[in-house]
Amino acid sequence: MGIFAMPSLGADMEAGRLIEWLVSPGDAVTRGDIVAVVETQKGAIEIECFEEGTVRELLADIGTDLAVGAPLATIQAEGEPIPEAAVAEQATPVEAEQPVVTAPAPQPVAPIPPQRPQAPAPGVVQSSPAARIKARELGFDLAMLTGSGPGGAIVLEDVEAEKTPQSKRSPQDEMRRAIAAAMTRSKQTIPHFYLSQTIDVTPAMEWLTSFNEGKPPSERVLLGALFLRATVLASAKVKTVNGHFTEEGFKPSDKINPGLAVALRSGGLVAPAIVDAEQMGIVELMAAMRDLVTRARAGRLRSSEMTEGTITLSSLGDSGAESMAGVIFPPQVALVGIGAPGLRPWVVDGNVEPRHLVTLTISADHRANDGRQASRFLSVFDSLLSTPEAL
Amino acid sequence: MTPDEIRTAFLQELTNVAPDIEPDTVGPDDHIQDDLGLDSMDVLTLVTALHDRLGVDIPEADYPRIASVALAQAYLAERMA
Repeated sequence: MGIFAMPSLGADMEAGRLIEWLVSPGDAVTRGDIVAVVETQKGAIEIECFEEGTVRELLADIGTDLAVGAPLATIQAEGEPIPEAAVAEQATPVEAEQPVVTAPAPQPVAPIPPQRPQAPAPGVVQSSPAARIKARELGFDLAMLTGSGPGGAIVLEDVEAEKTPQSKRSPQDEMRRAIAAAMTRSKQTIPHFYLSQTIDVTPAMEWLTSFNEGKPPSERVLLGALFLRATVLASAKVKTVNGHFTEEGFKPSDKINPGLAVALRSGGLVAPAIVDAEQMGIVELMAAMRDLVTRARAGRLRSSEMTEGTITLSSLGDSGAESMAGVIFPPQVALVGIGAPGLRPWVVDGNVEPRHLVTLTISADHRANDGRQASRFLSVFDSLLSTPEAL
Repeated sequence: MTPDEIRTAFLQELTNVAPDIEPDTVGPDDHIQDDLGLDSMDVLTLVTALHDRLGVDIPEADYPRIASVALAQAYLAERMA
């Protein structure tokens, strides 16, 4: 009889609150079935089962906060006898396991609501002596807190509020905290380096225009799907950018599961993965992207999508800044950042022509890559986009 | 459909795509991407919803013509006439 434990929810989340059971004792489950829903800092996440068999007992109650590794249910494999007394014993909480590495959020430009109005001199955090003492005791950085005192000063109450249970904070605050913690850890542990290249996406845009012409909206493809496909194919060629870095070092992944940074309108972002994307063509990738973005915005992602990404793509879309050097999402080792396309002069066959250009940047983990591999990734990506019909 | 009904339908589909937007706060000339923050996926979702609801298939070349409530109202009225 196996214990089905709370799976990892991604490097930047360590716990969640059980809000729904989707199975009952006696139900048959197979790998990949959604068995429960857990509320996390990044919205509700559907927990998938990793074993096959029959659910014998549910070990966690709705409303319980569960750490990664906490037991959720006992699952009896087919043909396995029902043990006599084992169940109660197995139900003792498993030591919560820390997620393998830490995590950042890829797109460093998520809108951050202005929080501290009337801030005094920049860099100076006004606070009461009691608040400073309490913050030191609890190990809080005062600069991370929002003050409710005169002129935005941090008072004892604000520090106290900070240690109240997570549920007291707004979902936006939770999301911001998860991103802050994760990005800090990523930058502290991953030796990032960045390479950029300007690429001409005019052929890709022209190809898309004719591809979409006459198609109903539901069948149209966005430039983002081409970027995703190029990321997958370039990752297949340059294997050192695709995988996970753990205590044992870098392990390239056989599968290519590109994570997609999705900005949420309420603030913050998530980077769920499209699992097993290598076999998907443009149309399938577009459908997968649509589905993923819709569910990310609705706050309904699956546990595997939060943990199985092997590389992340973060694209600024139609308008905005022209380049982006993002923060790698651990345990991954690379993040592809794409700026907004712009019409610029470019030399084509010896003549200057207006062309649609984007700046493609790869943020890479130096423990797994050197400039050579990162540079090769950019050049493969560029050449793939110059012949979009071959994607 | 009257111009008012078209405007209401457009606003409803817009706020379905972006539920955080209060319909009353949307100005007639607010740009759906620059001012209201829709991205290319949101615009495609909006165009798909308008196609389903009004039967108007908006080609990509015409996306700029639905970039605000006022523009969309005029454009959709023309296409539905």
